Amino acid sequence: MPQQKNRDAILFDHSHDGIDRRGFLKCMAWAGTGALCVLEGGVLKSYGLDDPAHIAKAARGELSFVQISDSHMGFNKPANSDVIATLKAAVAKINALPVPPEFVLHTGDISHLSKAEEFDTVDQILQSASTKNVFFVPGEHDVLEDDGKQYRERYGKNTKGAGWYSFDKKGVHFIGLVNVMNLKAGGMGSLGAEQLEWLEDDVRHLSKSTPVIVFAHMPLWNIYPEWGWGTDDSAQALSYLKRFGSVTVLNGHIHQTMQKVEGNVTFHTASSTAFPQPHPGGAPSPSPMKVPAEQLRGLLGVTNVNYVRKHHALALIDSTLE
Amino acid sequence: MRVRKRMRLRKSVLIFCVAASAMLALAALPTVEKSIAAGPPAAEVKIDNFSFTPATLTVKAGTQITWTNADDIPHTVVSEDRSFKSKVLDTDEKFTFTASKPGTYSYFCTIHPKMTGKVVVE
Repeated sequence: MPQQKNRDAILFDHSHDGIDRRGFLKCMAWAGTGALCVLEGGVLKSYGLDDPAHIAKAARGELSFVQISDSHMGFNKPANSDVIATLKAAVAKINALPVPPEFVLHTGDISHLSKAEEFDTVDQILQSASTKNVFFVPGEHDVLEDDGKQYRERYGKNTKGAGWYSFDKKGVHFIGLVNVMNLKAGGMGSLGAEQLEWLEDDVRHLSKSTPVIVFAHMPLWNIYPEWGWGTDDSAQALSYLKRFGSVTVLNGHIHQTMQKVEGNVTFHTASSTAFPQPHPGGAPSPSPMKVPAEQLRGLLGVTNVNYVRKHHALALIDSTLE
Repeated sequence: MRVRKRMRLRKSVLIFCVAASAMLALAALPTVEKSIAAGPPAAEVKIDNFSFTPATLTVKAGTQITWTNADDIPHTVVSEDRSFKSKVLDTDEKFTFTASKPGTYSYFCTIHPKMTGKVVVE
């Protein structure tokens, strides 16, 4: 591990995972306001967005893509009566990036009520993004009433089962998982036996140095089980990914950014483009959070992900819609 | 002026008569109540803050139960044995189910499965 004389160098590495508590908390603290977290050879480094020199360096990746999430098209309650405008603002953010992204990942809750016109509106808005490549996974709001039939017809061509799939881009293996179907009473998100079997098989042939990026709607780590913010069988899915040197898990669902590192796995949740939700346990329920209009866009956002092969590094930059 | 006064007087007599007949009608209320009671008994469950209130509802067989979604987020009401299953309820939408068969029905929101409730039909 290279020793660095920078203020974010690892000081105490009790768990031998390359992350000390101070560094991790620092990254967590920034995550909500816009932060750059770089994972280099297992070492997590964090920079505030007021550090442009570092950002410029980290943003020069070989593969750059953007994650957006929870556009909830059709939502019209006081927490945000114009989700069209905020999704358009997210697309404007994407189009303003210095390097156009290779593609966009939408991690679900595209629509609010699975209505055809809601999906149509999102598709139309995304047409104006600098990249036309958009990969989706469904949120629970996208598979209402019809067990996801409409979702799969629109976004799930060439996918397996309920809409899961994988693809490779520039040496990175991407896996889109579906954890919003067949939910059990009292439970959280669920992948199910068939999907887990597929996942195990999907990664079997990969060398352990292949960077893996998994994306799904509900968090694949237990953020707050009381609100169902987790996935019941995520531990089994992650066990298939243990042998890989670099695994990144991108989720949506909780409408706020949050990050955690466990061994070689970095977990990250993205902001919504529609409305914020309270911090875990910070309100009686996860109902949409009503904030003064001038604060709303500061709580919505997009996530830009850059991969630098040479440094074996992934940089995640959350930016708000302001 | 005089005509108006007379009219006022007539008005108050009329009001008195109406009031008196209303009181008579009130006295006759038990009969009216009986005819309402002839409809099915009803019970309400409120969906609010991602929970069902009351969480356990005990009713007599034949009770018509109405769930109303007061949240800004859609929910469903689905019994685990699928003996009742609502459509997706958006804000202020209702679902009604008449509990005819005695038993305990555990139900949940299929969108937010941490939301669970019970109907006990006696």
